[in-house]
Amino acid sequence: MSDASYLSLEKLTLAYGDSVAVANLDLNIRKGELIALLGPSGCGKTTTMRAIAGLLAVKSGHVRLDGADITRVPANKRAVGLMFQSYALFPHLSVYENVAFGLKLKGMRGPELETKVESGLKSVGLSTFANRKPAELSGGQQQRVALARSMVMEPKVLLLDEPLSNLDARLRLEMRTELQRVQKETGVTMIFVTHDQAEALALADRIVVMKSGKIEQIGSPEDIYNRPTSSFVADFVGFENIFPLENGKMKTSAGLIDLSGKPPSAAGLAWRPRMVTLGTGPFQGTVRGTSFAGDSREYLLDSSFGPIKAEVEASQPAHALGDALAFDLPAEKAAPLSRFV
Amino acid sequence: MTLRSLFIPITLLLVIAFLIGPFLIIVAASFSAGETLAFPPQGFSLRWIAKVFTVESFRASFGMSLFLAIGGTAAALILGIPASYALSRYKLPGAEIVRTIVSAPIIVPGIIVGLALLRYIVVPFQVGITLALFLAHTALVLPYAVRVVSASLDNLRSDIEEAAVLLGSSRLGAFFRVVMPNIRGGIMSAFILGFVTSFNQVPVSLFLSGPGVRTLPVDMIAYMEIVFDPSVAALSSLLAFLSIGIVFIAERFLGFSRYV
Repeated sequence: MSDASYLSLEKLTLAYGDSVAVANLDLNIRKGELIALLGPSGCGKTTTMRAIAGLLAVKSGHVRLDGADITRVPANKRAVGLMFQSYALFPHLSVYENVAFGLKLKGMRGPELETKVESGLKSVGLSTFANRKPAELSGGQQQRVALARSMVMEPKVLLLDEPLSNLDARLRLEMRTELQRVQKETGVTMIFVTHDQAEALALADRIVVMKSGKIEQIGSPEDIYNRPTSSFVADFVGFENIFPLENGKMKTSAGLIDLSGKPPSAAGLAWRPRMVTLGTGPFQGTVRGTSFAGDSREYLLDSSFGPIKAEVEASQPAHALGDALAFDLPAEKAAPLSRFV
Repeated sequence: MTLRSLFIPITLLLVIAFLIGPFLIIVAASFSAGETLAFPPQGFSLRWIAKVFTVESFRASFGMSLFLAIGGTAAALILGIPASYALSRYKLPGAEIVRTIVSAPIIVPGIIVGLALLRYIVVPFQVGITLALFLAHTALVLPYAVRVVSASLDNLRSDIEEAAVLLGSSRLGAFFRVVMPNIRGGIMSAFILGFVTSFNQVPVSLFLSGPGVRTLPVDMIAYMEIVFDPSVAALSSLLAFLSIGIVFIAERFLGFSRYV
């Protein structure tokens, strides 16, 4: 086992009956990494997570963890933890008993068990809630119990299903900090599934963007945010002006268009609204919509080759609906896309 | 007060009188001092209530009814809990058909169930009367068991079982550790509902009675055909209060009405 493949998925294919949800997926995860599986619903991210947990049978391929092939190892023998989106606490058991559940199954008893459960509860700040039932806790507290329940088992990998999606903005930040702290303190390898790019960018060491059961791109948050390699990823992280390239020219509904500057050799180019130059340039557009966003102002322009979204600082003079504006899509600012789908 | 505003309260009172009236008459009649079943009761005495406990056949048939109600309901739950689990947790082909078939004894009149059991099971296979009654009561209670247990399973998230498995439990272990404790209320409610249904069951039992083997309600009918004294009223009152007591306790401790 090399350090780069503590957990590895090899040619993993997963299916529900005849419909393939994940096809030929390869992924290597380092020990102690915090990985985000990011993608829209139906992209296979949750399916992949369930297969790592052992809750879904693998159709073909392998799952290896810490040097062992666990493809056929049942879920209860994998040392993989999962924090469910709904938390899945046992409603009939107290907070203490919830956290003790797995330890008791391991045969732990007496003072050892007590110490372990108490330190688990303490680490999530819920020591004084030990005797409450889950229904008596807030959503954020329930989630911390779920985290403690998984972590006291000292899993090799902790999976998290949309860990921040059920929380309000304040709790989100709190939980995000909590997860990063737990990860830092224990060094556990964490994989979380999300459809929210902001969540993935804020939390992960590496992001795996998935689409239709395949990996679109793997990279650091900076890579994903600044250097998307496909039109899908570009669109997903907020590049709203995306065009394919042909012979160095932009291919649009109005034919091939020359760009200012020398375009890179790529399959397509993508610009965030902020990257569009407004006021000068070779292209003409008409303002079809504007919206004020505090620091900036967004414009939707109609051009001869389709709608363009531009964003400028709010301090610049505002344009009204119907105004004709010159604009530019500078090639040197664009993110070059190697795949256009 | 207009006539219109009195309409609903009066209707309500009439309905309540209609529902409770016969029961009150029976209770009153059981304290009669007279020799025949009559209302209004003649005098007051506890002799008919005392007599109930001395009639030999009542004691035997009460034992039989108790055995059927407890045994039949327990058997129905042993079959019904796994059935409910399968119906609520897996997308089985034909699940709706199974659900309908399992519920059928509620819809089909008891007389028909009794006759069918007698004609096609008891007679051709030479099944003993006690066994036949046991099977019949199990079948009659099964729909209630499935219905009530399903309702509480549907209210229970299935991901807690997966959580238990990931914490080291086997699938079967997860069922006993996290599913059963959380549907206990539903199971108890199903038991009580099944018990009362079985205990008060007449039409099916009527077909499946034999020499010396009778359920209590059937025995009461037989008794009344010969003796027309208030002891049947006294017994009815005792049984009614028993049922009311059970349901009251169940509602108090289990929130029975949530499941029915």
